[in-house]
Amino acid sequence: MKKSYVSAVALSAAAALVLSGCSAGGDEASSDSTTIKVAYQKFGAFIQVDDHMKAMKEAFEAENEGLTVELVPIEGQENDYATKLALMNQSPATAPDVMYEDTFRVQSDSDAGYLAPLDEYTEGWSDWDNFYDNAKSAGLGSDGLTYGIPMGTDTRAIWYNKDLFAQAGLEVPFAPETWEDVLDAAATIKAELPDVMPLNVYSGKAQGEAASMQGFEMLLYGTSDSLYDADDQKWMTGSDGFVDSLGFIEDVYQGDLGPTPEQALDKNVGNLVLGEWLPQGELAMAVDGSWISGTWLETGTAPWPEWNDVMGQAAMPTQTGDAPGATSMSGGWTLAMGSGAQNKDAAWDFIALALNKDNAQSYDIAASQIAVRSDVSEDANYQAANPTFGFFSEIVEFTHFRPATSDYAQISSAITVAMESVMTGQQSPEEAAAVYDDAVIGIVGEDGTTSKK
Amino acid sequence: MILLTIFLVGPIISSFYGSLTNASLSGAAAQNSSFVGFDNYAALFADPDFPKSVILTLVFLVASAIVGQNVLGLGLAILMRSSSRMVRSLVGTFVVTAWVLPEIVAAFAAYAFFNETGTLNNMLSAVGIDGPNWLYALPLLSVSLANIWRGTAFSMLIYAAALQDVPTEITESAEVDGARGWQRLLFITIPMIRRSISTNLMLTTLQTLSVFTLIFVMTGGGPGTDSSTLPVLAYQEAFQFGQLGFGTAIATVMLVVGALFSIAYIRVLKPEVD
Repeated sequence: MKKSYVSAVALSAAAALVLSGCSAGGDEASSDSTTIKVAYQKFGAFIQVDDHMKAMKEAFEAENEGLTVELVPIEGQENDYATKLALMNQSPATAPDVMYEDTFRVQSDSDAGYLAPLDEYTEGWSDWDNFYDNAKSAGLGSDGLTYGIPMGTDTRAIWYNKDLFAQAGLEVPFAPETWEDVLDAAATIKAELPDVMPLNVYSGKAQGEAASMQGFEMLLYGTSDSLYDADDQKWMTGSDGFVDSLGFIEDVYQGDLGPTPEQALDKNVGNLVLGEWLPQGELAMAVDGSWISGTWLETGTAPWPEWNDVMGQAAMPTQTGDAPGATSMSGGWTLAMGSGAQNKDAAWDFIALALNKDNAQSYDIAASQIAVRSDVSEDANYQAANPTFGFFSEIVEFTHFRPATSDYAQISSAITVAMESVMTGQQSPEEAAAVYDDAVIGIVGEDGTTSKK
Repeated sequence: MILLTIFLVGPIISSFYGSLTNASLSGAAAQNSSFVGFDNYAALFADPDFPKSVILTLVFLVASAIVGQNVLGLGLAILMRSSSRMVRSLVGTFVVTAWVLPEIVAAFAAYAFFNETGTLNNMLSAVGIDGPNWLYALPLLSVSLANIWRGTAFSMLIYAAALQDVPTEITESAEVDGARGWQRLLFITIPMIRRSISTNLMLTTLQTLSVFTLIFVMTGGGPGTDSSTLPVLAYQEAFQFGQLGFGTAIATVMLVVGALFSIAYIRVLKPEVD
């Protein structure tokens, strides 16, 4: 008797372990067809989507009597948001009708059957012609159908503090031509201003996509290599560019030119960079996105009226100054419709309202997004709203996009693992690159890769 | 029996089956997962992170549950028996507080304590010691200490109850026979509370095997993979990397580890023999 009781306890504890990991949802309908559930990310300094959705909820409910918009803000950093969204999408009871969706996840999420194609709606939508073609293509699934309506795009570059540069005796405006120039400037700042952190490059698993895109790919796409050969549809392994990019990360973190690895591995480092380190002059250079000034506008979480006088922008140079001399990465977010939406017409009306000319413009200004509608980007008010829009729109010509395959999300994780082992000194760049190569082969198979060795 | 089947055997089978598929969070496999046999297990055993994670889990288990919580819990229970009512209620309140806290709250408290600029380092610097960044330099030690802090109360309560059942005549007569304190503990008390030890070992072992929140909040499994025990690894694979099938395979391995420990305890301590 005693024994069976004890084993029952043991079993139930073990089962609870497993159960907690894989509870599937029920079958009941997501919501009645008069409610539209809108899921989006809200995290720390990133509140612009939240503001926009709140305004849209009000406008939509005023226009459509009898329909309600239920906002589901998800508080989490990018990867956590994506995980939460995927879990919500797995069950009809929780799947949102409209969601804020990263362009690089559109393909994998449409392959997963989470998203509804929007072609029948865009056909009859006169606004659609105003969207740039490259932006439209960012919302395509692997079947060529449109699954996401782009809200805006972005580019990335080096933000630097002009005051600190002047104090350290560095030339302003800063115009680095090679990685060496960037590291030299960082070393000068370290020598002249020992209290200032010279350079931040996002790195490590905790930063997720920010590390692999803003950090690593900004480096890698400036070498002669890249991640993916789009012509052969194969992932590259064993490239020198990969090892060199990890070498840059090693120089920054093991060379004391950046935050300590402990600080960089804190999930909150992005909020610290934008809310404290840059405004308070504790950080001299940051490889970061075109949108970050949104945090310092009056509508942001850390208003900083002088930001434009203090902060300058420089394009990220290529490794050795090879043509075209600079590099950048672009992403962007879309609004997508859930495949299980009960009232698809109403969900579409909400998307169309949220991204019409005026609303897209107010969002692009508040969130410091590069406009994807020609009528917005040509609007004088938009151009005047943020002095950096000009600079960041110019570097669109050098920009790169992430491989939009459904394997990218996993491979991106493998990149952050490699970065973390290098920044913490657990592995050399060569060792970490070899681990990455194995991981990629594990994800896409030997046939999906091409060796550069 | 039917309830047992539904709630115990069901999840185990579903976990095992899930671990034989390529189910994932996104991508085509999220819609139509297919049966891949033992591929997940083959990949798992070939993964260099896996043996490291198993060792970390075992060290964490032995240090924090088997040694830490049990020995400390038994020690406290014995000490509290012979101490005054005042001391007893003070110590009791202090220890039980950690246990009563929800895991997430306890995890944040431990994070604040071990953090680089946290309470521990502040106390150390007050006496002139420059403490390390515990969570970064000694991640496994920090989470083990936190788990001991959190779990000891449970063991203490179990042992306190068990000690009540040890008839005083026996210990007294042993004392008359000239047995010293540690001899009485080793030859009288421990054999008599054998059943409680077995139950308690099993419960703390299973509880510790499944500790996730504490580690995830304190270190996130890092730096690198230096504190990625099996539950953290399973979470990472299933939800961060989107490989549900692979993550479930790790969960199944945890099930097996837990079952092995349970069998070992039952065999060694023979709770049913009087």
